[in-house]
Amino acid sequence: MGCVEIRGISKLFGTVRAVDHVDLATNEGEFLVLLGPSGCGKTTLLRMIAGIEEPTEGEMAIDGRVVTNMPPRMRDIAMVFQSYALYPHMTVYKNIAFPLRARGVEKGAVRKKVEWAAGMFKIGRLLDRKPRELSGGERQRVALARAMVREPSVFLLDEPLSNLDALLRTSAREELRQFQRRVGVTTIYVTHDQVEAMGLGDRIVVMSQGKIRQIGTPMDIYQWPADTFVATFVGSPPMNLLDQGDTLLGFRPETFLPADAVEGSEGVLTYPFEVTYLEYLGAERLVYGNVGEKSHARHVVSRLPGSLTLSLEAGKTYPFAVALRDLRRFDKKSGLFKGGGAS
Amino acid sequence: MSGQPVSSPAVDGARGGIQDRESALAKLMIAPAILVITAMIGVPFVLAILYSLSDATTGDPSIKIVGLRNFRAALADPVFRISLWNTVFFTLVSQCIVVLLSRLLATALLKKFRGKWLVRFLIMLPWTAPISLGVIGWLWMFDSIFSPIDWVLRYVGLLGAPGALLGAGTNLYYLGVPGLAISSIILVDVWRILPLATVIQLAGLSSIPRDLLEAAEVDGATPWRRTLMITIPLTLPITSIAFLFGVVFTFTDLVVVYVLTRGGPVHMTQVLSSWTFFKGIEGGDLAQGAAISLFMFPVLASVAILILRTARRTEVV
Repeated sequence: MGCVEIRGISKLFGTVRAVDHVDLATNEGEFLVLLGPSGCGKTTLLRMIAGIEEPTEGEMAIDGRVVTNMPPRMRDIAMVFQSYALYPHMTVYKNIAFPLRARGVEKGAVRKKVEWAAGMFKIGRLLDRKPRELSGGERQRVALARAMVREPSVFLLDEPLSNLDALLRTSAREELRQFQRRVGVTTIYVTHDQVEAMGLGDRIVVMSQGKIRQIGTPMDIYQWPADTFVATFVGSPPMNLLDQGDTLLGFRPETFLPADAVEGSEGVLTYPFEVTYLEYLGAERLVYGNVGEKSHARHVVSRLPGSLTLSLEAGKTYPFAVALRDLRRFDKKSGLFKGGGAS
Repeated sequence: MSGQPVSSPAVDGARGGIQDRESALAKLMIAPAILVITAMIGVPFVLAILYSLSDATTGDPSIKIVGLRNFRAALADPVFRISLWNTVFFTLVSQCIVVLLSRLLATALLKKFRGKWLVRFLIMLPWTAPISLGVIGWLWMFDSIFSPIDWVLRYVGLLGAPGALLGAGTNLYYLGVPGLAISSIILVDVWRILPLATVIQLAGLSSIPRDLLEAAEVDGATPWRRTLMITIPLTLPITSIAFLFGVVFTFTDLVVVYVLTRGGPVHMTQVLSSWTFFKGIEGGDLAQGAAISLFMFPVLASVAILILRTARRTEVV
């Protein structure tokens, strides 16, 4: 239950291709994250899966049943909106009961299900309140309960954590992940926040300009980016890219360390690193500077763990190195991944 | 200069002019409104009460208090009772129709279609035309001999032929038959208020966040259920405002009845405002006219209170 298959889906708004020939298939019960900058088409793709937006071309199936032109109510999906979209004139109870009532579930059964869903999200004591009397975190839980109450086969979430403050977001993320594991519903989650994507996703779909750039596990995406867009969009600070003729040489800031600290059984690449600026962030230090000769100096960032207490000064040059196995090469023209590691 | 102490410019600057003294400025700016309301509403209202308790006529408008005689006379008058009933009946029926039609029109105008601006323009037109001119137009439409409506009905064979659905006569005499006259007046009342109500409803409908309707769609609600459970409850406050405004306009309207039927045939379409006018001005009995018009006051006052309350409710949601 709960497999979404998307074949060659496009969506045009006027002449703008918001989603451009996307193919995608979810695994059963997985947590799939659509990640990309704003305007990349991830929300449009989600809305097409929900049936709120009609695709311009392509086909879509849920559990083997073609749903391309079906209205949302026939798709057996549930969705949580960024704004939560709680019905302001209804109590929490009626909000959660709404999807069941819409399906003609009989009253006694509705009560049982609502209490079950409210219990799952610990909002039992809020059932008589109106949405405007709830805090942001409580609203988010009500929205989740309303989406889950009829146990859909696919669960769609559109940036559901973006309206929460930073502290709440972390705990909500953890809860959401545990909850999804417990119920095992296939979940598609849209976000522009890479930390959320890395933390939540079984697999991440990185999108840009309506196209899918890469699909893979968080580790794949981070360690083996398919192109320079993924390499620089995921990771903060982004991957360093050094221009080497027709190739771009990439390495993550945390792999670019003082030469003594780099152990590379397969060899290392050493650069004189001219430090221009330092940022102390508590758990880590970010060191900005240039490598290479004066004529074509390249700006790179190094990320030093807090445990490395070496003293560095702006304006001075130090030997820094990166292990060969941490190098990634990209084609300069197309930006595509060419090879990596020691090879 | 006679040695009087002169306030120095520096001190003046520190205290600030009237522009910086908010309480004084507020009083100054609200004063014109209070003056206008007193002159245009307060004075006539007090005068109406005084006249209604007096025996004033247009020939002798001096006020001599005679007590509640005029109110008793009004209540005993069968034409007054018809007027009272008609006023309430015309208002309620026309405004119920207006609420329904304006909701339909507003829903249609939310959609995108070709020539939408033209439809909007045409819907707004009755509101921009002077009411008396518009009603004179309707007078021609309802003409006993040259009515274009009759002409169309005859053309399509519904009227004027033996065995036709609406009878063999050549005309229907819209303003001469009680039932038709009442319907005609209600029709024009609807035509008059519909533009305003449509604009208000349009504002209400477009203020519903799109997310809510989409959420309801994903939650499995059919279009009918979305309307019933989401759209109508969320727009209820603003719909009530449209309804109550329509009530005020229609309840107090004189022009439609005066131009179309003058209350006829035989007072069957008389309303409070027209009866006030005929009794008080044309009949010359100022005191009686004032008493009749004051019967509108309780209804209007309670509608005004309802409007204010509903408006506050829309602010909270």
